[in-house]
Amino acid sequence: MTSTRSPVRTDIEIGGVTVRVCSDDSKFQKLLHERFDGFVRSGGEPHIEFDIELTSSPMGDPDADVHVFRSGEEWHLERGDFRAEWNPQCGRGHIRQSVNPYAIDSVLRIVHSIVLAREGGLLVHAASCVRNERAFLFSGKSGAGKTTISRLAPRDAHLLSDEISYIRTEEQGWRAWGTPFSGELAKPGENVNAPLHAIYLLAHGKENRIDDIASSDAARAMLGNVLFFAKDPQLVQMVFQLTLGLVETVPVRSLTFVPDSSVWEMIQ
Amino acid sequence: MSTDCFIARSPKVAARRIGDEVMIMSGLDSSLFSLNETAAILWECADGVTPLSSIVRERICPRFEVEFEAAMKDARELAESLAAHGIFLISDQPTTTEGAP
Repeated sequence: MTSTRSPVRTDIEIGGVTVRVCSDDSKFQKLLHERFDGFVRSGGEPHIEFDIELTSSPMGDPDADVHVFRSGEEWHLERGDFRAEWNPQCGRGHIRQSVNPYAIDSVLRIVHSIVLAREGGLLVHAASCVRNERAFLFSGKSGAGKTTISRLAPRDAHLLSDEISYIRTEEQGWRAWGTPFSGELAKPGENVNAPLHAIYLLAHGKENRIDDIASSDAARAMLGNVLFFAKDPQLVQMVFQLTLGLVETVPVRSLTFVPDSSVWEMIQ
Repeated sequence: MSTDCFIARSPKVAARRIGDEVMIMSGLDSSLFSLNETAAILWECADGVTPLSSIVRERICPRFEVEFEAAMKDARELAESLAAHGIFLISDQPTTTEGAP
Protein backbone atom coordinates (compact mmCIF):
# COMPACT_ATOMS: atom_id res chain seq x y z
CA MET A 1 0.00 0.00 0.00
CA THR A 2 1.30 3.42 -0.86
CA SER A 3 0.39 6.77 0.56
CA THR A 4 0.68 10.17 -1.00
CA ARG A 5 1.16 13.43 0.79
CA SER A 6 -0.63 16.46 -0.59
CA PRO A 7 1.54 19.54 -0.69
CA VAL A 8 0.64 22.15 1.88
CA ARG A 9 -0.18 25.51 0.41
CA THR A 10 0.89 28.78 1.95
CA ASP A 11 -0.56 31.94 0.44
CA ILE A 12 1.61 35.04 0.88
CA GLU A 13 -0.12 38.30 0.01
CA ILE A 14 1.96 41.41 -0.54
CA GLY A 15 0.47 44.58 -1.98
CA GLY A 16 -2.71 42.72 -2.87
CA VAL A 17 -0.81 40.16 -4.98
CA THR A 18 -0.99 36.62 -3.63
CA VAL A 19 1.73 34.08 -4.28
CA ARG A 20 0.96 30.47 -3.32
CA VAL A 21 3.92 28.35 -2.23
CA CYS A 22 3.32 24.58 -2.35
CA SER A 23 5.55 22.19 -0.45
CA ASP A 24 5.03 18.99 1.50
CA ASP A 25 7.88 19.78 3.88
CA SER A 26 6.48 20.82 7.27
CA LYS A 27 9.74 22.42 8.36
CA PHE A 28 9.74 24.63 5.29
CA GLN A 29 6.09 25.55 5.77
CA LYS A 30 6.80 26.54 9.38
CA LEU A 31 9.69 28.66 8.16
CA LEU A 32 7.39 30.42 5.67
CA HIS A 33 4.86 31.26 8.36
CA GLU A 34 7.59 32.72 10.56
CA ARG A 35 9.31 34.65 7.78
CA PHE A 36 6.15 36.12 6.32
CA ASP A 37 4.24 36.65 9.55
CA GLY A 38 1.34 39.01 8.96
CA PHE A 39 1.32 38.37 5.20
CA VAL A 40 0.08 34.76 5.18
CA ARG A 41 -3.59 34.64 4.35
CA SER A 42 -6.15 31.95 3.83
CA GLY A 43 -8.93 31.67 1.27
CA GLY A 44 -9.18 33.01 -2.25
CA GLU A 45 -7.29 32.19 -5.39
CA PRO A 46 -3.63 33.12 -5.81
CA HIS A 47 -2.27 35.21 -8.66
CA ILE A 48 0.84 33.03 -8.90
CA GLU A 49 1.54 29.50 -7.70
CA PHE A 50 4.99 28.00 -7.12
CA ASP A 51 5.83 24.37 -6.48
CA ILE A 52 8.88 24.02 -4.28
CA GLU A 53 11.51 21.37 -4.84
CA LEU A 54 13.71 21.22 -1.76
CA THR A 55 17.26 19.98 -2.02
CA SER A 56 18.78 18.08 0.87
CA SER A 57 21.89 20.24 0.96
CA PRO A 58 22.60 23.90 0.17
CA MET A 59 22.79 24.53 -3.57
CA GLY A 60 25.39 27.25 -3.81
CA ASP A 61 26.52 30.73 -2.92
CA PRO A 62 23.63 33.01 -1.82
CA ASP A 63 25.89 36.01 -2.43
CA ALA A 64 26.38 35.16 -6.10
CA ASP A 65 24.95 37.52 -8.72
CA VAL A 66 21.32 37.04 -9.54
CA HIS A 67 20.34 36.43 -13.16
CA VAL A 68 16.80 37.18 -14.27
CA PHE A 69 15.88 36.75 -17.90
CA ARG A 70 12.97 35.78 -20.10
CA SER A 71 12.89 32.97 -22.60
CA GLY A 72 9.67 33.13 -24.60
CA GLU A 73 6.92 33.57 -22.06
CA GLU A 74 8.88 32.00 -19.22
CA TRP A 75 10.98 33.90 -16.71
CA HIS A 76 14.14 32.32 -15.33
CA LEU A 77 15.44 33.42 -11.94
CA GLU A 78 18.84 32.10 -10.92
CA ARG A 79 21.27 32.64 -8.09
CA GLY A 80 23.77 30.37 -6.41
CA ASP A 81 21.21 29.18 -3.86
CA PHE A 82 18.11 28.85 -6.05
CA ARG A 83 16.76 28.27 -9.53
CA ALA A 84 13.23 29.19 -10.47
CA GLU A 85 11.05 29.28 -13.56
CA TRP A 86 7.79 31.15 -13.80
CA ASN A 87 5.27 31.61 -16.58
CA PRO A 88 3.08 34.69 -15.99
CA GLN A 89 0.65 33.54 -18.68
CA CYS A 90 -0.48 30.50 -16.70
CA GLY A 91 0.54 31.93 -13.32
CA ARG A 92 2.60 28.89 -12.35
CA GLY A 93 6.21 28.30 -11.53
CA HIS A 94 8.76 26.05 -9.91
CA ILE A 95 11.50 26.83 -7.39
CA ARG A 96 14.45 24.61 -6.53
CA GLN A 97 16.19 25.54 -3.29
CA SER A 98 17.28 24.18 0.07
CA VAL A 99 15.33 24.75 3.28
CA ASN A 100 16.22 28.34 4.06
CA PRO A 101 14.22 31.57 4.15
CA TYR A 102 16.57 33.68 2.05
CA ALA A 103 16.10 31.98 -1.30
CA ILE A 104 12.29 32.13 -1.26
CA ASP A 105 12.48 35.70 0.06
CA SER A 106 14.66 36.69 -2.92
CA VAL A 107 12.44 34.89 -5.41
CA LEU A 108 9.41 36.74 -4.08
CA ARG A 109 11.21 40.09 -4.32
CA ILE A 110 12.13 39.42 -7.94
CA VAL A 111 8.66 38.17 -8.88
CA HIS A 112 7.00 41.17 -7.25
CA SER A 113 9.38 43.58 -8.98
CA ILE A 114 8.33 42.13 -12.35
CA VAL A 115 4.62 42.03 -11.51
CA LEU A 116 4.77 45.59 -10.20
CA ALA A 117 6.54 46.96 -13.28
CA ARG A 118 3.75 45.58 -15.45
CA GLU A 119 1.05 46.95 -13.15
CA GLY A 120 2.52 50.39 -12.54
CA GLY A 121 4.49 49.94 -9.34
CA LEU A 122 7.98 49.73 -7.94
CA LEU A 123 10.01 48.05 -5.24
CA VAL A 124 12.26 50.68 -3.74
CA HIS A 125 15.32 50.39 -1.53
CA ALA A 126 13.65 52.40 1.21
CA ALA A 127 12.16 52.26 4.67
CA SER A 128 8.55 53.34 4.82
CA CYS A 129 5.85 54.01 7.36
CA VAL A 130 2.30 55.26 7.71
CA ARG A 131 1.60 58.15 10.04
CA ASN A 132 -1.69 60.04 10.26
CA GLU A 133 -2.97 57.88 7.38
CA ARG A 134 -0.21 59.11 5.08
CA ALA A 135 2.74 57.07 3.88
CA PHE A 136 6.34 58.30 3.88
CA LEU A 137 9.33 56.71 2.16
CA PHE A 138 12.89 57.06 3.43
CA SER A 139 15.17 56.06 0.61
CA GLY A 140 18.90 55.51 0.48
CA LYS A 141 21.66 53.03 0.01
CA SER A 142 22.99 50.85 2.82
CA GLY A 143 24.20 53.03 5.68
CA ALA A 144 22.02 56.02 4.75
CA GLY A 145 19.86 55.56 7.85
CA LYS A 146 16.87 53.45 6.85
CA THR A 147 17.13 51.15 9.84
CA THR A 148 17.99 54.04 12.17
CA ILE A 149 14.94 56.10 11.24
CA SER A 150 12.77 52.98 11.45
CA ARG A 151 14.02 52.27 14.97
CA LEU A 152 13.27 55.86 15.99
CA ALA A 153 9.68 55.76 14.68
CA PRO A 154 7.10 56.88 17.25
CA ARG A 155 4.34 54.61 18.47
CA ASP A 156 1.73 56.13 16.23
CA ALA A 157 3.74 55.27 13.11
CA HIS A 158 3.08 51.95 11.37
CA LEU A 159 6.28 50.57 9.90
CA LEU A 160 5.78 49.22 6.37
CA SER A 161 9.38 48.09 5.94
CA ASP A 162 12.84 49.04 7.14
CA GLU A 163 14.43 47.97 3.85
CA ILE A 164 12.24 47.32 0.78
CA SER A 165 9.18 49.45 0.13
CA TYR A 166 6.31 48.58 -2.17
CA ILE A 167 4.55 51.39 -4.02
CA ARG A 168 1.98 51.34 -6.79
CA THR A 169 -0.02 53.81 -8.83
CA GLU A 170 -3.74 53.87 -8.39
CA GLU A 171 -6.47 56.17 -9.66
CA GLN A 172 -5.91 58.62 -6.82
CA GLY A 173 -2.13 58.52 -7.03
CA TRP A 174 0.69 56.49 -5.52
CA ARG A 175 0.08 54.19 -2.55
CA ALA A 176 2.58 52.44 -0.29
CA TRP A 177 2.08 48.94 1.07
CA GLY A 178 3.71 47.00 3.86
CA THR A 179 6.13 44.22 3.00
CA PRO A 180 7.71 41.33 4.89
CA PHE A 181 11.04 42.19 3.25
CA SER A 182 13.10 43.34 6.20
CA GLY A 183 16.60 44.64 6.68
CA GLU A 184 18.63 44.91 9.86
CA LEU A 185 15.51 45.08 12.02
CA ALA A 186 14.76 41.50 10.93
CA LYS A 187 11.09 42.19 11.48
CA PRO A 188 8.34 42.15 8.83
CA GLY A 189 6.50 45.39 8.18
CA GLU A 190 2.84 45.84 8.99
CA ASN A 191 0.43 44.66 6.34
CA VAL A 192 -1.27 48.03 5.87
CA ASN A 193 -1.26 50.65 3.12
CA ALA A 194 -1.82 54.37 2.64
CA PRO A 195 -1.48 57.13 0.05
CA LEU A 196 2.15 58.08 -0.50
CA HIS A 197 2.64 61.63 0.82
CA ALA A 198 6.38 62.24 0.46
CA ILE A 199 9.73 60.65 -0.26
CA TYR A 200 12.82 61.59 1.70
CA LEU A 201 16.36 60.89 0.55
CA LEU A 202 18.24 60.14 3.75
CA ALA A 203 21.54 61.56 4.93
CA HIS A 204 23.12 61.65 8.37
CA GLY A 205 24.03 65.12 9.65
CA LYS A 206 24.46 67.38 12.66
CA GLU A 207 20.95 68.81 12.55
CA ASN A 208 17.50 67.84 11.40
CA ARG A 209 16.73 69.50 8.10
CA ILE A 210 14.51 69.01 5.07
CA ASP A 211 15.70 70.52 1.78
CA ASP A 212 14.13 70.75 -1.64
CA ILE A 213 16.11 69.14 -4.44
CA ALA A 214 15.98 69.50 -8.21
CA SER A 215 13.61 67.07 -9.87
CA SER A 216 16.42 65.73 -12.07
CA ASP A 217 18.55 65.01 -8.98
CA ALA A 218 15.56 63.33 -7.35
CA ALA A 219 15.08 61.22 -10.47
CA ARG A 220 18.72 60.14 -10.52
CA ALA A 221 18.61 59.21 -6.84
CA MET A 222 15.38 57.27 -7.15
CA LEU A 223 16.51 55.42 -10.27
CA GLY A 224 19.51 54.30 -8.25
CA ASN A 225 17.28 53.01 -5.46
CA VAL A 226 14.64 51.14 -7.45
CA LEU A 227 15.04 47.38 -7.25
CA PHE A 228 14.86 45.76 -10.62
CA PHE A 229 16.68 42.61 -11.56
CA ALA A 230 15.38 41.60 -14.97
CA LYS A 231 17.39 42.08 -18.13
CA ASP A 232 14.37 42.94 -20.24
CA PRO A 233 14.41 46.10 -22.39
CA GLN A 234 10.65 46.56 -22.36
CA LEU A 235 10.36 46.30 -18.58
CA VAL A 236 13.43 48.48 -18.03
CA GLN A 237 11.74 51.20 -20.05
CA MET A 238 8.55 50.80 -18.02
CA VAL A 239 10.46 51.06 -14.74
CA PHE A 240 12.25 54.18 -16.01
CA GLN A 241 9.00 55.89 -16.95
CA LEU A 242 7.32 54.86 -13.70
CA THR A 243 10.19 56.20 -11.61
CA LEU A 244 10.26 59.55 -13.37
CA GLY A 245 6.48 59.73 -13.15
CA LEU A 246 6.77 59.09 -9.42
CA VAL A 247 9.24 61.96 -9.02
CA GLU A 248 6.92 64.28 -10.94
CA THR A 249 3.89 63.52 -8.78
CA VAL A 250 5.21 62.85 -5.27
CA PRO A 251 7.41 65.40 -3.46
CA VAL A 252 10.99 64.16 -3.13
CA ARG A 253 13.20 66.01 -0.63
CA SER A 254 16.43 65.38 1.18
CA LEU A 255 16.19 64.62 4.89
CA THR A 256 19.31 65.21 6.94
CA PHE A 257 18.92 63.97 10.49
CA VAL A 258 20.62 63.30 13.77
CA PRO A 259 19.95 59.85 15.18
CA ASP A 260 17.34 60.68 17.77
CA SER A 261 13.55 60.73 17.78
CA SER A 262 13.36 64.50 17.23
CA VAL A 263 13.54 63.91 13.47
CA TRP A 264 10.00 62.54 13.59
CA GLU A 265 8.69 65.96 14.67
CA MET A 266 9.19 66.98 11.04
CA ILE A 267 7.39 63.96 9.62
CA GLN A 268 3.69 64.26 10.21
CA MET B 1 32.85 69.82 -44.34
CA SER B 2 30.87 67.21 -42.36
CA THR B 3 28.65 65.05 -44.51
CA ASP B 4 24.94 65.19 -43.87
CA CYS B 5 22.99 62.36 -42.27
CA PHE B 6 19.69 61.48 -40.65
CA ILE B 7 19.38 60.69 -36.95
CA ALA B 8 16.60 58.69 -35.32
CA ARG B 9 15.89 57.82 -31.71
CA SER B 10 16.63 54.24 -30.85
CA PRO B 11 13.49 52.31 -29.86
CA LYS B 12 15.60 50.47 -27.28
CA VAL B 13 15.90 53.45 -24.96
CA ALA B 14 13.42 55.26 -22.75
CA ALA B 15 13.53 59.03 -22.50
CA ARG B 16 11.81 61.74 -20.56
CA ARG B 17 12.35 65.41 -19.93
CA ILE B 18 12.43 66.17 -16.25
CA GLY B 19 13.15 69.68 -15.07
CA ASP B 20 15.75 71.14 -17.41
CA GLU B 21 17.19 67.78 -18.41
CA VAL B 22 16.38 65.06 -20.87
CA MET B 23 17.13 61.76 -19.16
CA ILE B 24 17.60 58.58 -21.14
CA MET B 25 17.92 54.99 -20.02
CA SER B 26 19.16 52.15 -22.15
CA GLY B 27 16.75 49.26 -22.15
CA LEU B 28 19.63 46.91 -22.84
CA ASP B 29 21.89 47.55 -19.87
CA SER B 30 20.00 50.17 -17.79
CA SER B 31 22.73 52.78 -18.36
CA LEU B 32 21.47 56.26 -17.51
CA PHE B 33 22.32 59.32 -19.59
CA SER B 34 21.58 62.97 -19.06
CA LEU B 35 21.67 65.03 -22.24
CA ASN B 36 23.15 68.51 -22.38
CA GLU B 37 21.21 71.23 -24.13
CA THR B 38 22.65 70.55 -27.58
CA ALA B 39 22.11 66.82 -27.27
CA ALA B 40 18.57 67.45 -26.05
CA ILE B 41 17.86 69.49 -29.19
CA LEU B 42 19.18 66.65 -31.33
CA TRP B 43 17.04 64.18 -29.40
CA GLU B 44 13.89 66.23 -29.84
CA CYS B 45 14.52 66.65 -33.57
CA ALA B 46 15.72 63.10 -34.27
CA ASP B 47 12.77 61.94 -36.33
CA GLY B 48 14.84 60.03 -38.87
CA VAL B 49 13.66 62.18 -41.78
CA THR B 50 14.98 65.67 -40.98
CA PRO B 51 18.57 66.07 -42.20
CA LEU B 52 21.08 66.84 -39.48
CA SER B 53 22.10 69.93 -41.45
CA SER B 54 18.56 71.29 -41.13
CA ILE B 55 18.51 70.67 -37.39
CA VAL B 56 21.82 72.46 -37.03
CA ARG B 57 20.87 75.39 -39.27
CA GLU B 58 17.38 75.91 -37.83
CA ARG B 59 17.77 74.94 -34.18
CA ILE B 60 21.37 74.94 -33.04
CA CYS B 61 22.97 77.87 -34.86
CA PRO B 62 20.32 80.41 -33.81
CA ARG B 63 20.28 79.08 -30.24
CA PHE B 64 24.03 79.23 -29.66
CA GLU B 65 24.98 81.89 -32.23
CA VAL B 66 27.62 79.71 -33.88
CA GLU B 67 28.83 79.29 -37.45
CA PHE B 68 27.14 76.51 -39.40
CA GLU B 69 30.34 74.66 -40.38
CA ALA B 70 31.66 74.40 -36.82
CA ALA B 71 28.24 73.57 -35.41
CA MET B 72 27.69 70.87 -38.03
CA LYS B 73 31.02 69.23 -37.22
CA ASP B 74 30.27 69.26 -33.47
CA ALA B 75 26.72 67.98 -33.98
CA ARG B 76 27.92 65.12 -36.16
CA GLU B 77 30.50 64.10 -33.53
CA LEU B 78 27.90 64.34 -30.79
CA ALA B 79 25.39 62.27 -32.76
CA GLU B 80 28.02 59.60 -33.44
CA SER B 81 28.95 59.53 -29.76
CA LEU B 82 25.32 59.06 -28.75
CA ALA B 83 24.89 56.43 -31.44
CA ALA B 84 27.84 54.55 -29.95
CA HIS B 85 25.85 54.38 -26.70
CA GLY B 86 22.81 53.06 -28.56
CA ILE B 87 20.80 56.25 -28.14
CA PHE B 88 20.65 57.29 -31.81
CA LEU B 89 20.50 55.45 -35.10
CA ILE B 90 22.41 57.25 -37.86
CA SER B 91 21.71 56.74 -41.52
CA ASP B 92 22.64 58.26 -44.86
CA GLN B 93 19.02 57.94 -45.91
CA PRO B 94 15.76 59.01 -44.23
CA THR B 95 14.44 56.31 -41.91
CA THR B 96 11.18 55.62 -40.16
CA THR B 97 11.15 55.84 -36.39
CA GLU B 98 8.21 53.56 -35.72
CA GLY B 99 8.44 52.19 -32.20
CA ALA B 100 10.71 54.96 -31.01
CA PRO B 101 9.77 56.57 -27.71
